[in-house]
Amino acid sequence: MASLISDIEPPTSTTSDLVRRKKRSSASSAASSRSSASSVSGEIHARWRSEKQQRIYSAKLFQALQQVRLNSSASTSSSPTAQKRGKAVREAADRALAVSARGRTLWSRAILANRIKLKFRKQRRPRATMAIPAMTTVVSSSSNRSRKRRVSVLRLNKKSIPDVNRKVRVLGRLVPGCGKQSVPVILEEATDYIQALEMQVRAMNSLVQLLSSYGSAPPPI
Amino acid sequence: MSSSRRSRQASSSSRISDDQITDLISKLRQSIPEIRQNRRSNTVSASKVLQETCNYIRNLNKEADDLSDRLTQLLESIDPNSPQAAVIRSLING
Repeated sequence: MASLISDIEPPTSTTSDLVRRKKRSSASSAASSRSSASSVSGEIHARWRSEKQQRIYSAKLFQALQQVRLNSSASTSSSPTAQKRGKAVREAADRALAVSARGRTLWSRAILANRIKLKFRKQRRPRATMAIPAMTTVVSSSSNRSRKRRVSVLRLNKKSIPDVNRKVRVLGRLVPGCGKQSVPVILEEATDYIQALEMQVRAMNSLVQLLSSYGSAPPPI
Repeated sequence: MSSSRRSRQASSSSRISDDQITDLISKLRQSIPEIRQNRRSNTVSASKVLQETCNYIRNLNKEADDLSDRLTQLLESIDPNSPQAAVIRSLING
């Protein structure tokens, strides 16, 4: 029988669990970065979808892009390759996104602190994850025991414990700054990072449409 | 079957219970459109949620990279000092 996650959960216990977990994680990590309450955390997640936040980010994104263009034109007389400029644009967009997050989350602080983006891009290599039959699961579990594991043990399903742990580790590598974090931190950061990325894609789509409409046709006036 | 709070192996986050991790995975699941639209079953395995999450983040990152390349081309075709750029700035900030 596969382990299942259901939507039926009482909100009061969820709130109390969130408060309890936050206190423990702050005590263990010896950092006060997670002092915000669960209601504020909910508001942080909701912020990524508000129209006002979208507009603010679009303005920051446009300013960052102009800065990138000025830097690239001023730095070298010969124009750099399009691939390098694309990376510069993406890095500017990521930094604008991290600034919008105001350092509340690990991924935003990691982006602002990490000026060399090559490490970040290397970490995003996709790895094929194959389904593991029951027999291989046992072998994988025994081999995992010999290594020093930093991720906590998920006991949602005995057979899927190594599978879940491995996927959480892969997920941690996809979110900036979460490569070596614990399972609850990775899950929380990934939730926020996904919504931030969605806003970034929406803002860039809007800019592309705006620039396309103005670049192709002359102004009507 | 109720499991004890302590796991067999020592872990720095052993104090986090399985229920809290399940709750976090449930919240993570609500961010994934593929699973969000799956109305047939109210329950999804944790392993599948994590797999879909990794795929979704990779897709978002690739989409952002493609949009960055396209923005680069568009920005080069527009002079920043032209009145078109001023109109665009006023539209964005307005």
